[in-house]
Amino acid sequence: MGHIKLTNVTKSFGAVDVLHDINLEIKDGEFVVFVGPSGCGKSTLLRMIAGLEKPTGGELAIDGKVVNDVPAADRGLAMVFQSYALYPHMSVRQNLAFGLENTRMPKVEIAERIGEAARMLEIEPYLERRPGQLSGGQRQRVAIGRAIVRRPVAFLLDEPLSNLDAELRGSTRAELAALHARLSATMIYVTHDQVEAMTLADRIVVLRAGRIEQIGTPLELYNRPANRFVAGFIGSPHMNFLEGTLEASGSDRAVATLKGGHRLEVPMAGGAVAAGSPITLGVRPQHITLDAGENSIPAKIRLVEALGSETVLHADVAGQKVLVVAPGQHDLAPGADIRLSLAAAPIHLFNDRGLRLERAV
Amino acid sequence: MKANVPRRSGSGLGEAAMVPVRLVMGAVDAPLRWVQRRLGIGGMATFFLLPNMLIFGIFVLLPFFINFAYSMTGGTALFLPDRTFVGTEQYARLFDCVNYADPNSCTEDTFWTAVGNTAWFVLLQVSLMILFSLVTALILNRDLMARSFWRAVFFFPVLLSPVVVGLIWKWILQRQGLLNFGLYSLGLEPHTWLNDRNWSFAATVGVSIWAHMGFYTLILLAGLQAIPKDLYEAAEMDGTRPARAFWRITLPLLMPNLLVVVVLVLIRAVQIFDEVYVLTGGGPGTSTLYLTQYIYETGFATQLRNPGLAAAASILMGVVLVILTLVQLGLGRKGENKGARK
Amino acid sequence: MSRLAEFIFRRRGRNGWHWTDIVTWLWLVGGLFIMFGPAVWLVGSSFKSPAALAEFPPTIMPYVTQKATVEGYDKPLDLYEVTRPDGSKAVLAEVRRIGIVAQMVAPEKPTDIVKVNIAERTPVRTMSFATTNYTEPFTHFDFVRYLWNSVFVTVTATLITLIVNSMAAFALSKYEFRGRTFAMLLILATLMVPLSVIMVPLYSIVSALGLFNNLWGVILPTVATPTGVFILRQYMLTIPDELIDAARMDKASEWQIYWRIILPLTAPALAVLAIFSVVWRWNDFLWPLIVLSRKELYTLQVGLSIYSGELNVQWHFILAMTVVTMIPVVLVFIFLQRFITTGIAGTGLK
Repeated sequence: MGHIKLTNVTKSFGAVDVLHDINLEIKDGEFVVFVGPSGCGKSTLLRMIAGLEKPTGGELAIDGKVVNDVPAADRGLAMVFQSYALYPHMSVRQNLAFGLENTRMPKVEIAERIGEAARMLEIEPYLERRPGQLSGGQRQRVAIGRAIVRRPVAFLLDEPLSNLDAELRGSTRAELAALHARLSATMIYVTHDQVEAMTLADRIVVLRAGRIEQIGTPLELYNRPANRFVAGFIGSPHMNFLEGTLEASGSDRAVATLKGGHRLEVPMAGGAVAAGSPITLGVRPQHITLDAGENSIPAKIRLVEALGSETVLHADVAGQKVLVVAPGQHDLAPGADIRLSLAAAPIHLFNDRGLRLERAV
Repeated sequence: MKANVPRRSGSGLGEAAMVPVRLVMGAVDAPLRWVQRRLGIGGMATFFLLPNMLIFGIFVLLPFFINFAYSMTGGTALFLPDRTFVGTEQYARLFDCVNYADPNSCTEDTFWTAVGNTAWFVLLQVSLMILFSLVTALILNRDLMARSFWRAVFFFPVLLSPVVVGLIWKWILQRQGLLNFGLYSLGLEPHTWLNDRNWSFAATVGVSIWAHMGFYTLILLAGLQAIPKDLYEAAEMDGTRPARAFWRITLPLLMPNLLVVVVLVLIRAVQIFDEVYVLTGGGPGTSTLYLTQYIYETGFATQLRNPGLAAAASILMGVVLVILTLVQLGLGRKGENKGARK
Repeated sequence: MSRLAEFIFRRRGRNGWHWTDIVTWLWLVGGLFIMFGPAVWLVGSSFKSPAALAEFPPTIMPYVTQKATVEGYDKPLDLYEVTRPDGSKAVLAEVRRIGIVAQMVAPEKPTDIVKVNIAERTPVRTMSFATTNYTEPFTHFDFVRYLWNSVFVTVTATLITLIVNSMAAFALSKYEFRGRTFAMLLILATLMVPLSVIMVPLYSIVSALGLFNNLWGVILPTVATPTGVFILRQYMLTIPDELIDAARMDKASEWQIYWRIILPLTAPALAVLAIFSVVWRWNDFLWPLIVLSRKELYTLQVGLSIYSGELNVQWHFILAMTVVTMIPVVLVFIFLQRFITTGIAGTGLK
């Protein structure tokens, strides 16, 4: 139950193609997060699975059955909307009951299911209130409750936390994770927030401009991003990118020259790129250290943000911006010259098409 | 207007009234689910649109189109198939005039009398209506106590039926009426207002203004209240005199509303009928005979009724109305753009 | 108290009265008399007896001349207060009047006829409300019928308007389909086709459908109001589409979405439309006048205008019936005025 498979699915609104050739298989009980910048098509993809949009091409199957022409109501899915979409003129109880009444379920069973969900989500005290009388967090629980009582094949969640404030978002995120563990149902979750994606997902699907950029577990995406886009999207603050040229390559090492002439030794499988080709180095801000030793480059500090536990340095390396997150507190002032060491950093290399070059093992 | 959350569905009475509604609406759900399976979700849009469009088509669109056919036929028969085709004869008859300014020189003299009366009526009524409702709106926009009461005072006649309006004023303007009583108390000569050609015309203008002024006042007042107060404060800081502030701030910012009101008043004035019909019946003689009454009487009321001629006259009136409405839509569009740019 | 006065007479300038303050108060007080005066006068007149109505100068309040039954005379006679040549006053009954001389008797001594110049007497009058003006039309005329016809037309037309317009507005606001813009334009274009332009062909269509001299012939042509569709649609556009998506996921049929989600949420706009529709249909005149030619089918407005157009107008009944006709609209005005004024200010509909 809850196995969803998309084969060559496309979607266009009029002449505008919003999704190209999506292939994706979601296993039963899996927590999959669609992530990407706004307008990448992730919500459309979710709504297509829900049955609220019809695919233009390709095949969508739930539990082995093609459901392209099955209306939303009959797919056995439940959805939590970004705005929660609670019926404002109904009480919380009526909101939860509405979907069940439509299936002509006996009243006793409806009451039972609502009671169970209300206990689970701790919304029992508000059952007789209207959504307008609830706080954002409470509304969010009701929205989830409305999905839970349906006992769906899979839960579809469309940016369910985006209307909550930062603190509540953190705690609700943890509760969602616990809920998934408890229900062990398939969940598809759409967000533009990579932190939510990293913390919740079994697997993340990164989308950009209607195409899947990469599918993988959170750590796969973090450690082995398929391309520059994924590398920049996953991880906070963003990965630093330094433009340069490949100088010479050995069997497992190569030397790159950055703009401005600094030379760096980088790991690379031999022969992946011809010498003299343009190349981009990717280094996460947390992996740069303030050492002057081997494999270090000179930089000028532009801005210092002292956060207490760590210090964020905005530096300039021969005209290219570099962000450094250094643990602890540092007594540095803008304008100071320092050296940044990449010795301990996993350096990612991207070719001129933005694809990541496999590191030497 | 925003979609507010309605308050708790209150009283037991309201709930009780909802029970039959629930039953009916619930009972038709099952057959409509079947319809939905046949038509699909998109097809249900057609279903929802159908009743309105059907009624609309039969009672508005169809008459609109066959009106042209009517205007091309003659005789007194009611149904189109029984009528004889006469081409543009009816129009020719309407326009058969030696001198358009003199109705007596026309074949269809009552038509031209009605046209002339309506033109004068429109001219006077529209300008006075705009003047009065603008002044009232400006006064109501001041820092008044109990503004909603005063607004209600001027709005009150708007809801009255035209028949009631006509009767109220017929009663006041009659020989032993309130107006003559007032003149008598002042030692002046009473007058039979509605038997006098000029006074009777003036009465139709005045009464129609009395009846509808509140409506336009309301629209203008809404426009005035939408003008940000800080503009006036800024003007005051700049040492602008109030009269100048009116001409340079109030009037230009009110202009979109004012234009809409002008066109609305125009459109309604051209069609004036109900209250006048009750007040004067078009008389004395034909001094307050306006276009709609001419069409009505030509089409239905007279012994020698001529539906073809009435249709032709109504089409001519329709052309005027269409032009006025297009002007209004154009102005509305312009107003919208302005709003969007703001 | 002085604070109150200060509040009431709030003026433009701190010092003295600006001319605009004077104009404002003249305009408002004048407006109060001109707007309310005629209606108040109508209501006052409606309680006067036919004799009092024929009087000139009229009185503000309804008075009747007192009458006394005098021995030897079949009819009750009018009582007058007469000033005798000696200056004393007496109450006498008028037997007959010839020119400026009235023959009068004292009610106690019916045989002695006194001649009195009519300038030397004033009628003895008491205030009296002629409620028969109201009760008689109900029994002697078809007034109850007219009232019932008006109520039937108003209620039925309003209900159909609400259902039919809200369904169309739902389709036009929440569905994407080909021809949606066209349908919307078509409906808005109707604003350009008022009754006065299409009355001849509309009459033939209504007759062809067998609806001439039928209240349904009055109701049906009015129910597909473009303004109704327009305001409901504008309101429905503010209802989030996600609610409808949620209902679809909740296995609701489209019909259920319409009546369980959309209709309750459109309640404020429906209320405004209902109020307007009631006023419109209650006040309709020209079309019922055309369609209804049988007396027993007249609506109040048609009945009133026909009776008031008769040669021998029975004003005392007409005035009373006019007041009754006004009542529903006045009630709407008193209780729902705020609704209406915001409705007009927001949408510009009438």
